[in-house]
Amino acid sequence: MDTTPFGHDDIPGTIVFDGHQAMKGYALNKMCFSFNDAANREAFKRDEDAYCGKFRVPPAQRDAIKRRDVLALVRDGGNIYYLAKWAGILGLNVQQVGALQRGITEEAFRLMLKEESA
Amino acid sequence: MARIVGAVATSHIPLIGKAIAMGWQNEPQWKSFFDSYAPVHEWLRSVQPDVAIVVYNDHGLNFFLDKMPTFAVGAAPEYVNADEGWGLPVVKPFPGHQELSWHLIESLVADEFDITTCQEMTVDHGFTVPLALLWPSKDDQGNVARPVKTVPIVLNTVQFPLPSPVRCHKLGEAIGRAVASFPEDLRVVVLGTGGLSHQLEGERAGFINKPFDLMCCDAIGSDDIDRLLRYSSRDLVREAGSQGVELLAWLAMRGAVSGSMKRKHFAYHGAVSNTAAAVMLLAP
Repeated sequence: MDTTPFGHDDIPGTIVFDGHQAMKGYALNKMCFSFNDAANREAFKRDEDAYCGKFRVPPAQRDAIKRRDVLALVRDGGNIYYLAKWAGILGLNVQQVGALQRGITEEAFRLMLKEESA
Repeated sequence: MARIVGAVATSHIPLIGKAIAMGWQNEPQWKSFFDSYAPVHEWLRSVQPDVAIVVYNDHGLNFFLDKMPTFAVGAAPEYVNADEGWGLPVVKPFPGHQELSWHLIESLVADEFDITTCQEMTVDHGFTVPLALLWPSKDDQGNVARPVKTVPIVLNTVQFPLPSPVRCHKLGEAIGRAVASFPEDLRVVVLGTGGLSHQLEGERAGFINKPFDLMCCDAIGSDDIDRLLRYSSRDLVREAGSQGVELLAWLAMRGAVSGSMKRKHFAYHGAVSNTAAAVMLLAP
């Protein structure tokens, strides 16, 4: 049985999405889930803050949305599967999302992937 | 009686779906990847399966965190793909095999797997990309053929606690027993989709562990499965990354076929998108 304490995180550079994270990020993730619908993506683009308000996304997460700070959103309960739909609105691919969180260029990120799997 | 004729594990990377939609199969950077599915196509032509049971994980298309089942089994007449939000073209629906679905549901619950049943279920790239890879042929009008009926089985890899490797392998064994007791004469192939090691979020985004990938593929290929069943799901995150836990679907696939089925084909490709890609065929 997995005896890791609830909310405990011992894997470097990794935020395990457990109940602790799921509670913090519920509104944010619910908003991002709504982006499966093209009309909702358009509504977000028209007025980001109003759309965040509709889902009662907490202020710190709204600020992170404004700053395009993926890592802050992940730390604050965002789940990457749902955040990916938000990143799609911004036109970011998964390498760009990764590079942003690592604080490196997309090119350096792609090179890293290539070297790790060579 | 129904019987499992073999099993296939494959990546389900969205970029592969895009490459198929764009017709990049013969482009230099894609050709060797798509060519590596030819032995699987040849095998499928020889065994002519009627049904594919597809074990995979949903990525936030059908399931949200309001209700997140650990294991869910589709029981729909057809499975519709839909917009995932980031641009992958939507593909046409897939026929279901409802009788087999309900037999699986009865058998799994009797076997103490308390699954969620879904008479409606949208299917995302975890389901559609593997089917497009395995059955790419088109009819005279250029429409993609749907030569097999399907039963989707979804594992939670989104929100901890996840089912453990040993539990997913046991689910596979229970799927195997269920198929074997279905009275109709059906040839069934079991697919496990996802992987390999990868991580999309956190400062460790972009993590790939090739030695672990290859060790897992060897263990699954040779049915030396105890090497993997000692891991917890958190161990899998550590070794394979947050999304590398998709390996759970490969373990279910392995559990569904007997140990006498061995690795008949295997190919590994360096990073396609944020993960290496692989395909494996298990057959008698």
